[in-house]
Amino acid sequence: MRREPPRTLGDYLPILFPAGMLTIFFVVPFGTMIAVSFFQRQQGGFYTPAFVYDNYARFLSGFFGGVLGFSLMLAIAVAACCVVLALPFTYLLTRMARRVQVVWLVALLSVLSLSEVIIGFAWSTLFSRTAGITNILVALGLMGEAKALTPSFAAVLTGMVYQAFPYTVLVLFPALVRLDPTLTEAARTLGASPLRAFFTVVVPALRNTITATLIMVFIFALGSYLLPQLLGRPQHWTLSVLITDQAIYQSNMPFAAAMAVFLVLVTLGLVALTVIAGRKGEAA
Amino acid sequence: MSGLALQNVVKEFGSFTAVNDVDLTVPHGTFVCMLGPSGCGKTTLLRMIAGLDLPTSGSIGLDGEDITRVPTHKRNLGMVFQSLALFPHLTVGENIAYPLRIRSAPKEDQKKRVDELLSMIHLSGYADRPVSKLSGGQRQRVAIARALAISPKLFLLDEPLSALDAKLREAMQVELRQLQQRLGITTIVVTHDQREAMTMADTVVVMNGGEIRQAASPIEIYRRPADSFVADFIGQTNLIEAEADTSGRVTVLGQPVPGLQLPPAAAKAMLSVRPEEVRLTAPGAGALSGTVTFVRDLGGTIETFVDVAGRQIVAVSTPRARPQVTVGQQVGVALTPDVCVVLAR
Repeated sequence: MRREPPRTLGDYLPILFPAGMLTIFFVVPFGTMIAVSFFQRQQGGFYTPAFVYDNYARFLSGFFGGVLGFSLMLAIAVAACCVVLALPFTYLLTRMARRVQVVWLVALLSVLSLSEVIIGFAWSTLFSRTAGITNILVALGLMGEAKALTPSFAAVLTGMVYQAFPYTVLVLFPALVRLDPTLTEAARTLGASPLRAFFTVVVPALRNTITATLIMVFIFALGSYLLPQLLGRPQHWTLSVLITDQAIYQSNMPFAAAMAVFLVLVTLGLVALTVIAGRKGEAA
Repeated sequence: MSGLALQNVVKEFGSFTAVNDVDLTVPHGTFVCMLGPSGCGKTTLLRMIAGLDLPTSGSIGLDGEDITRVPTHKRNLGMVFQSLALFPHLTVGENIAYPLRIRSAPKEDQKKRVDELLSMIHLSGYADRPVSKLSGGQRQRVAIARALAISPKLFLLDEPLSALDAKLREAMQVELRQLQQRLGITTIVVTHDQREAMTMADTVVVMNGGEIRQAASPIEIYRRPADSFVADFIGQTNLIEAEADTSGRVTVLGQPVPGLQLPPAAAKAMLSVRPEEVRLTAPGAGALSGTVTFVRDLGGTIETFVDVAGRQIVAVSTPRARPQVTVGQQVGVALTPDVCVVLAR
C-alpha cells in the first residue's frame, strides 16, 4: 500500500466526519469546561462569565490535595493489581485450546456488559454480613461469625479490579498471542524453569505492552466514582466523587470544572512521565 | 553407556501417531542428522529428546541415565530453534549469557565465557548490540553460541539453517560441522535438506511416516539405500521395476538384463540406479533401448532424459564425457548389475 500525504481538499474528506464528531462532542465540551473553570460562581447554582483563579485556589487546600492523592493511589493500585493478575492469566489462556479461549473471552466480555451500578451492588451484597461470602467461611468452619467486609478500602479495590480486569485481559491478549512461543521453550532448554522463563522472558519482552496496559487501567480507574461510594467510606471517595458532588449536589459548576481540568492535567503529566521513563529504559 | 539412547519411543497426538516405535542409539560425540519430508515426525522426535514434548511411551536415556521424565530445564542441553528464538529484549552478550545467568554463574565468569563464545563465532565486539541489528547469519551464530554457553551434553538444532540464503547456508553447514568436531559434542540436527545432512552428519537418520527408514553413514545411505523411499529421498535416482521368471532370468521394462539377480524367492523387485551411474551407449549395444526425450545442459552437468518403454530414465554426465545425443535419437541404456541397487517392491 502506498502512503502519500493528502494533497487536495478531497483527500481530507474521509476524516471530515470523525473530525467533526470529535470537535462537536469532545473538543467543544472540553473547551467549555475549561472556560467554566475560570468563571465566577453565583449563589443558587448559577455562574457568570469572568476570569478568576478562585476555583483553582480553593482546590489547593489540604483536603482536596489529600483526595487527589488518594484517587491517584487507588488508580495505581487498581492498575497494578489488574496487570499482576491478568498477565499470568492471559499468558495461560493463550496456551489453551481455541475453544477454551473463546469461552473465557466471552465470559469476560459479558462482565463488560454489566453496569458499574450492578457491579457495585453485587459486591456490596457479597461483602455484606447477612448474605456475604463470610457466611461460607463460617459454614466451612474457617471463621467464628459472619461479618461485613464493606465499606472498606479492600472492598473498593476488589470492585474496581473486578470491573477493570476484563479490559486488562483484552488489551494484553493480542500481544501475548503474538509472542513467539519458542521464546519460552528456548528459555526452558537453556535451564530456566517455566516460572523463571515467564519472569525472565515473557515479562521483559512485553515491557511496552505492560506499560501501555498499566496506563490504560490507571486512567480507567481514575474516572470511577460509583464504586467508591457504594463500597467505601467517605475517606475512600475519589476526586471524581467530589467533582460529581460539586457539579450536581452543590451546583458549583466552576469549581467542579476546575477540579476536572486539574485531574486531566495531573493524569496527562503522569502518563507523560511513564512514557519518558519507558523511553529511557529502552535506550539503556 | 555414553551417549543418547531412544527405546521404543512413541508419540501420539490424539489418534495421529507422529512418532512410531523409534529405536536409536547416538554414541557420544557423533553428529546425527534426522532427515525426512515435513510431517515425518523428525521435529517431534527432537522435541521429545529436548523434553519439550513427553513421549506417549518408550524411554529416552542420556549417558546411562533415564531422562524420559526429566523436565527440559534440568537436562543441561543446548537447542537452536528454527525461529532462533533470540530474546528481543536482550543484547547479543546478554542472550549468550542467559543460560549462565539462570545458573547464577559469577558475573566475571559470565563475561569471560561470552567473550570466548563471541570470538568462536567471529563476532567479537558485538556483545552490546541489540539482536535486532544483526544480519541473518550473525543471528544464527548468536543462537548457536547461546546454546553452547554451558557446554551442554547434547546439542540439538531444529532446521537451524532454513532461514538463510543458499550460499550462506552452505558456508554455515561447513562451519557448524567444523565447530562440532572441534568441541566433540553430541549433536542432533533436524533437516529436510539432504545436501545439509550429507555435508554435516556422521549418521543420517532417514524418517518417513513417524518411522526410521534407515540410519547409516551418508555414503552408505547414498550407495545402499534400504528401501525405495530412502533411495528416492536421498539424491536423485531412477526407480525401475524388475521381474524374474521361474528360471531366474531378469527382465527390466520388458527387456532381458543378463547377469542381474534378484534375491531368492523374489519375482518382483525395484532397481535404484543413480543417474550418474547410467551409461548411454549406441542403440542395440546396451541392455535397454530407448528414445532421448530431453537434454538439460546445466553447464556443470548434463542430464539426458531417455524414454524406455514408457518409463523415464535420467542419465547425468559431465561435459567432458558429453554424450553426443539429440532429442528423438535412439540410444542404448547400459544397466550393469554393479550399478543397480535391488530393493523390495
